[in-house]
Amino acid sequence: MSNVSTHKSGFPNPLRWIGAGILGTFAEIGRLSTFAGRMTFAAFTPRWFFGQIWRQMIQIGFYSFPVVGMSAVFIGAALALNIYSGGSRFGAEQFVPNIVVLGITRELGAVITGLMLAGRVSAGISAEIGAMRVTEQIDALETLSASPFRYLYAPRLLAAIISLPILVAASDIIGVMGGWLVSVFSLDFDSATYLRNTLDFVTTDDIIVGLTKAVVFGAVIAIMGCYQGDRSQAGATGVGRAATLSMVGAAVLVLATNYIMSNLFAELGF
Amino acid sequence: MSEPILKLENVVKTFGRNEVLRGVDLDVAPGQSLVVIGGSGSGKSVMLKNALGLMTPDSGKVFFDGHDVTQSTGKPREMMRARVGMLFQSGALFDSLTVWENVAFRLIHKERLKRSDAKERAIATLKKVRLGSEVAGLYPAEISGGMQKRVSLARSIISEPDLIFFDEPTTGLDPITADAINDLILEQVRDLGAAAVSITHDMPSARKIADEIAMLFEGKIIWRGKAADVEHSGNEYVDQFVHGRASGPIQPAM
Repeated sequence: MSNVSTHKSGFPNPLRWIGAGILGTFAEIGRLSTFAGRMTFAAFTPRWFFGQIWRQMIQIGFYSFPVVGMSAVFIGAALALNIYSGGSRFGAEQFVPNIVVLGITRELGAVITGLMLAGRVSAGISAEIGAMRVTEQIDALETLSASPFRYLYAPRLLAAIISLPILVAASDIIGVMGGWLVSVFSLDFDSATYLRNTLDFVTTDDIIVGLTKAVVFGAVIAIMGCYQGDRSQAGATGVGRAATLSMVGAAVLVLATNYIMSNLFAELGF
Repeated sequence: MSEPILKLENVVKTFGRNEVLRGVDLDVAPGQSLVVIGGSGSGKSVMLKNALGLMTPDSGKVFFDGHDVTQSTGKPREMMRARVGMLFQSGALFDSLTVWENVAFRLIHKERLKRSDAKERAIATLKKVRLGSEVAGLYPAEISGGMQKRVSLARSIISEPDLIFFDEPTTGLDPITADAINDLILEQVRDLGAAAVSITHDMPSARKIADEIAMLFEGKIIWRGKAADVEHSGNEYVDQFVHGRASGPIQPAM
């Protein structure tokens, strides 16, 4: 049954409908913020479960490496082709290595890794936590005096914010190599010149910008996965819905925080 | 009479417009085995979660060993939970841990016992529930439902609690395995001298493990008496439930 009241004519009352939507959105933001705060507090105060953190780093970091690497090489290659094609319109083909390394390190390496992990990791975390919620394993943890925030959620948050920068660093290198491969073997660039231009152009700031974004994306991905999993409703549908919501939520938040951080870094002169 | 180890005083819990508990009053004496019966959706599990502190009542109070634990968190809640065991309906074993790690979870993570010592105690506790050391290294998915219930029972008794909750301990088991679980519950609760609160709609199980039986209906305790009196309670609701009749004042949950 709908909670939205109707006019006498039978049509939904639009003001009540909009109001309910706004209230619901604020309530959800409040719940998510409280959950994220508790998770962050648990992650940065003792006691730490190092075995759990290590296990999650393997799950989140190590097992994501193939998909991140594959994505990076194709993105780097496509980027080089497009820059070459666009640049050739006004004789600027020689800037391919410069723009590829700038685009990859400041933006695409982190964003593509964040989006891939929003799918692979955030959905996986929420399905796992959701299954634990509906089979009462999280209740069991609490009755055994173990906080799910310390034992389950904090290790995932720490593992994600440690693993993401490592993955992004790898993604940056592989992405640049993707651009180099296409440029050298398809666009007739000189290999040594391409690499020298790349290394001369990229700055420490560019790399720091990408890695800082990676830390934030790691937090977003872990928080969304744990939050949706923890709120999962009973049954396969409930767990599936939690996985979908976490994946979509994490992907949107990765893109939104990326924009905010790009703006912030530009303001700060990075 | 000694002070109750657990007391619920006018506990109310609602979800939206659904008033699940409408003022539950209940007490359990140390060493006593109380079974709460009631149909599906009568609020048994919600009552148990409120008693355990997994949910907070909207109003009313929960006392553990004379202390008000209704709103308690942190250390007071941990102190209560250190003295309480719980067997979940589904077993709720952690599927990423082996059987012995499940049983010894509290010893390793809360009492900070060395893993070798914790494993030794876990295997000794598994023996109490008639499971050999050969299952200790298996994962929950590799053992049967009846064995999972036994492992869960071992996990609930390993730290020798004063109060153990049993949520539908025999649900999903064949009658012979169910009876074996009932025997183990009786034996272990008596050995520990612990109080037990069980919720079930399995009447043979209730008759076997209860000192007293209470019936929860529409969010309230409507009858309580000795287990032997449940057959002639004089309460038409209890009578219908105990004899499993479709006709009577209780409408079947369809």
